[in-house]
Amino acid sequence: MQLSVNCPQPESLPTSLVDLRRGDAAILEGIDLPTDDARRLMELGFVPGMQITAGRSAPGGDPQVFQVDGSEIALRRETARRLTVRVKKTGKLNQTPRA
Amino acid sequence: MSGCSDCGRCNSSAVVVEFPSSRTAPKTVAVIGPPNSGKTTLFNRLTGLHQKVANFPGVTVEQHTGIAALPDGRTVQLIDLPGVYSLQPRSEDEQVAHDVLTGQRADTPKPEAVLLVLDSTNMARHLMLAAPILALGMPTLVILNMGDDLRSRGGRVDLQKLSAELGAPVALISARRGEGVDQVFDFLAGAMPKPSPKQLPVLQDVPKCRQWAGHVGAQALYRAPAPPKWTRRLDAVFLHPVAGPLLFLAVVVAIFQIIFNVADPSKDAVDWLIQHSGNWIAALLPNGLFKSLLIDGIWTGVGSVIVFLPQVLLLFLCIGILEDSGYLARAALIADRTMAKVGLQGKSFIPLLSAYACAVPAIMSTRTIENKRDRIATILIAPFMTCSARLPVYTLVIAAFIPRRPLVGWLLSARAGAMLGLYVLGFLAAVLTARLLKSSVLKSGRTPFLLEMPSYRWPTFSSLGLRLLDRSKVFLKRAGTIILVVTVILWAMCHLPYTNGKPPEIANSVAGTIGRTFEPVIKPLGFNWKIGIGLITAVAARETIIATLGTIYGMDPETNKEGMQTALQHDLTPGGAVALLIFFAFAMQCISTIAVVRRETGGWKWPILQFSYMTGLAYVGALAAAHLIH
Repeated sequence: MQLSVNCPQPESLPTSLVDLRRGDAAILEGIDLPTDDARRLMELGFVPGMQITAGRSAPGGDPQVFQVDGSEIALRRETARRLTVRVKKTGKLNQTPRA
Repeated sequence: MSGCSDCGRCNSSAVVVEFPSSRTAPKTVAVIGPPNSGKTTLFNRLTGLHQKVANFPGVTVEQHTGIAALPDGRTVQLIDLPGVYSLQPRSEDEQVAHDVLTGQRADTPKPEAVLLVLDSTNMARHLMLAAPILALGMPTLVILNMGDDLRSRGGRVDLQKLSAELGAPVALISARRGEGVDQVFDFLAGAMPKPSPKQLPVLQDVPKCRQWAGHVGAQALYRAPAPPKWTRRLDAVFLHPVAGPLLFLAVVVAIFQIIFNVADPSKDAVDWLIQHSGNWIAALLPNGLFKSLLIDGIWTGVGSVIVFLPQVLLLFLCIGILEDSGYLARAALIADRTMAKVGLQGKSFIPLLSAYACAVPAIMSTRTIENKRDRIATILIAPFMTCSARLPVYTLVIAAFIPRRPLVGWLLSARAGAMLGLYVLGFLAAVLTARLLKSSVLKSGRTPFLLEMPSYRWPTFSSLGLRLLDRSKVFLKRAGTIILVVTVILWAMCHLPYTNGKPPEIANSVAGTIGRTFEPVIKPLGFNWKIGIGLITAVAARETIIATLGTIYGMDPETNKEGMQTALQHDLTPGGAVALLIFFAFAMQCISTIAVVRRETGGWKWPILQFSYMTGLAYVGALAAAHLIH
């Protein structure tokens, strides 16, 4: 399922989307959800290999907005937990997503 | 030349479809695009006021069709399909889009061409929808909308190269500003070539589709625009941990104030207009059956519904501004956690809030909820919210039975406390019902909640105006059909059978007979047959009970000297009064709501279930009250 994923950098760690803090960017590795739900997420830009940046959230941190593939999509934590990512860089805002 | 477009290699000469020469049969063209691509704005631009809204038969998907007049005088019928991300038929929206485009819906003609609307500021992702559309082999114009945004944020795209890559004509437009819309008319008027894309991906494989879209974008030298600066700045305020919820509350209070306070004078004005026009017509007509039917039946009955039109329009104006500006998505985000506690989601919030004014527009506004089960759950609980039609009933009964004395010092009088209690009661019933539904028949825990945050934009007058016009048409059409029929039937039941050329006493009329037959059922609740008739007529609309009781007490020699409140005190014990209030808090006494639920859920199943449940709850609640309070 993976598109051109960069060679793993030494400092990168596999983790889930829910662990990203605002401004963190990561590369999506996989979606652990039923096929239809995973497809829906992919149609919205959550395609493996895509860069995701964590954005603002509702009060209490749930749901959270993610910048992916040129749009901003809000996910509940229960969904974000199912998306595994590899952390790329931290603490840098306004990353332009890779096409 | 058939099959030429399928091989994917031939891209030199486009296949030209003959334009039908007959003027009597305008060709049909479908408009499709992902949500937030500005598809509807373009549709409005192209068709203006020449559009109509209906539901696709059998489903809850709204069908907008319109007529676009071409510069040469010919016309084209446009179908605005629901916003979809793909043509894989999984949701009802996608199923409808898929079926219309492939000519599988018997009620809709197969379109001869497609206008594919994409957001140019998000072209790489939106192009994913181009693959299944081009694969249909229908003449397609690829429209890159929001060209003004793309330009101002420093993005660009080579249209010639993109067109060559897709094998279809491409137009960069701004539907909001009207820029480039003539290119769409040119396409509709011209010879429409079949598409011949250089290559297409495997449609079932989303990552492959995305890769293809990225490749096409790269070939077309697409440069994505800079992130929207103003959207980020506004989100820093609207999604601020402290300021965000406060602004959200301010918006909620403002809407509440508008639909209650601002709408009231306009409601009174319409009421005045209806009454005076009724009196004026009554003066022209000779006394008799026809006059009674027209004035007492139709004018008053239908009029009592039309008075809600200003309120409905104001509510839709508020929702329209929130939705078009992009704030509605942020409001849904903020409300999501609270709504999740009862098993619903953020998008259910605005419909439930508006149900405090009237359940009818509230149920109509659940269209913003894409998740079908969440939408139905919201529709089912909306009538529990204390709507404005319950207010006159509550006011009357409370004034008759609860003395004017303080409950909590000068802060809260006993009457205001009772009113507040009824609001809380309705809210609790809604919340508990939502929990019940979401943990049983409407469970949808497995569908993830996805909410796209569109960029903030200024709402346009034309789009808001068309929206209000749409809603007025839908509303008035219902008042003119279902409500009219029910009103006439009720009137007839109160005036028949005719004896010696005179209508009967109310107790002996058909309605009175039904009321007395029905009396044993409601006797345990502490209601007599007069209240019973009130309950029956209140099925048409809750506040009708007041008019009905007014008529009955007026016709009854025992009570015709007394005021309404005194008469009520004769008819009801305090326990019966509380039972009546509880009955009104729970029961679904509103023919418009039943009709709108049927329309929005596409069948009788849900309205029947909802009516039975609410009536059952009302009966049990009232029974308990009548036995506990003496």
